[in-house]
Amino acid sequence: MSVDRRRFLKIAGLTTLAVASGSARKALTADAADSTMATPPSPPLTAQRWAMVVDIRKCLAAGDCRDCTLACHRVHNVPDFGNPKDEIKWIWQEPFERVFADQEYEHLEEALKHAGVPVLCNHCDNPPCVRVCPTGSTWKRETDGIVMMDWHRCIGCRYCVAACPYGSRSFNWRDPRPFIKELEPEFPTRMRGVVEKCTFCEERLARGKPLACVEACKHKALTFGDLEDPDSEVRALLREGFAIRRRPSLGTQPEVYYKL
Amino acid sequence: MYDTGKIIAGLLVFLLVITLPFWYNLATGKAGYTPELERPTDARECVRDSAYMAAHHMDLLNVWRDQVVRQGARFETGSDGQRRERSLTRTCLGCHASKERFCDRCHSYMGVQPYCWDCHIAPEEPRP
Ligand code: SF4
Ligand code: SF4
Repeated sequence: MSVDRRRFLKIAGLTTLAVASGSARKALTADAADSTMATPPSPPLTAQRWAMVVDIRKCLAAGDCRDCTLACHRVHNVPDFGNPKDEIKWIWQEPFERVFADQEYEHLEEALKHAGVPVLCNHCDNPPCVRVCPTGSTWKRETDGIVMMDWHRCIGCRYCVAACPYGSRSFNWRDPRPFIKELEPEFPTRMRGVVEKCTFCEERLARGKPLACVEACKHKALTFGDLEDPDSEVRALLREGFAIRRRPSLGTQPEVYYKL
Repeated sequence: MYDTGKIIAGLLVFLLVITLPFWYNLATGKAGYTPELERPTDARECVRDSAYMAAHHMDLLNVWRDQVVRQGARFETGSDGQRRERSLTRTCLGCHASKERFCDRCHSYMGVQPYCWDCHIAPEEPRP
């Protein structure tokens, strides 16, 4: 308990030096899946593969609505540093032509070109951020595909920030606490030196609540559901019209779909 | 040997001085101070027995942390058959309502600085 991240790193460094010639293996005490686990008060929302569909047209029609961002950042204690250099983002808007730079046609519809499109972590099926994380602080949950983060373990190496092709991850360069206008006591803050991103509201799903952004969107532009369930809302939306994903050629298999 | 008497006397005085806190404590019992922790008023069962909690709460919290974050196992049923959430802020501080008068009193006395509160928010923390 008394060893913080910094001290841990120092000790780890010294240990590595000391045993440079040998190999040290540390058996981590892993707790076997717990059989005493009981059901939570309201049944959790579960899926085989969570996915989101963003209806760009509805978002476009809503003008400069930022309800999703505000709701998400409030419930997750996302700080506002007031400058783009230190900015922490979970879900935010980017102009269409930047979000889909690889889909740009010469005569793209004017209204679409500069329209703000909500972007967030795509919870990729093949997430490069997970592959590079040296500490296992970020991983893909096998049960439902959510790309999770364990802020207790993140050492702030920022490999994942470099690996994510979508800029979905933000690094805490400074202590975020003083920059949170209204603390949400139910959710932790982060500390300096930790990376953060959208977690598909896994803490809300576990309590049977929908995503904060989906709940906040009055224009019903965001839909969340199980991609493996043919009767789900997301599948219906994907069936009925054309949807694109960000930078599909990279093979990351994003699970946020954009309906045009 | 010169000054044997002086040296021995000096050593005795030195020993007396450095062990003074022990003598003082024996005489007055004052240095044997242990912090008073605020107990919850309504006597409910803790998630484990008190002796275990006093010695190992940090281990339990580490296990809980991994179970919740890594395995998504947020709830457990205690030996008393009660279902509880594995949560520092909801479950522990749900009973021990004051971090200052429970956690901090002992931690300050022991000189431990847990970093739980760098991120987790204690109930009474004044909201800016
Ligand atoms: S969008 Fe980025 S952070 Fe999210 S899973 Fe994909 S690579 Fe990782
Ligand atoms: S910054 Fe944290 S989450 Fe990202 S790769 Fe490094 S340890 Fe993993």
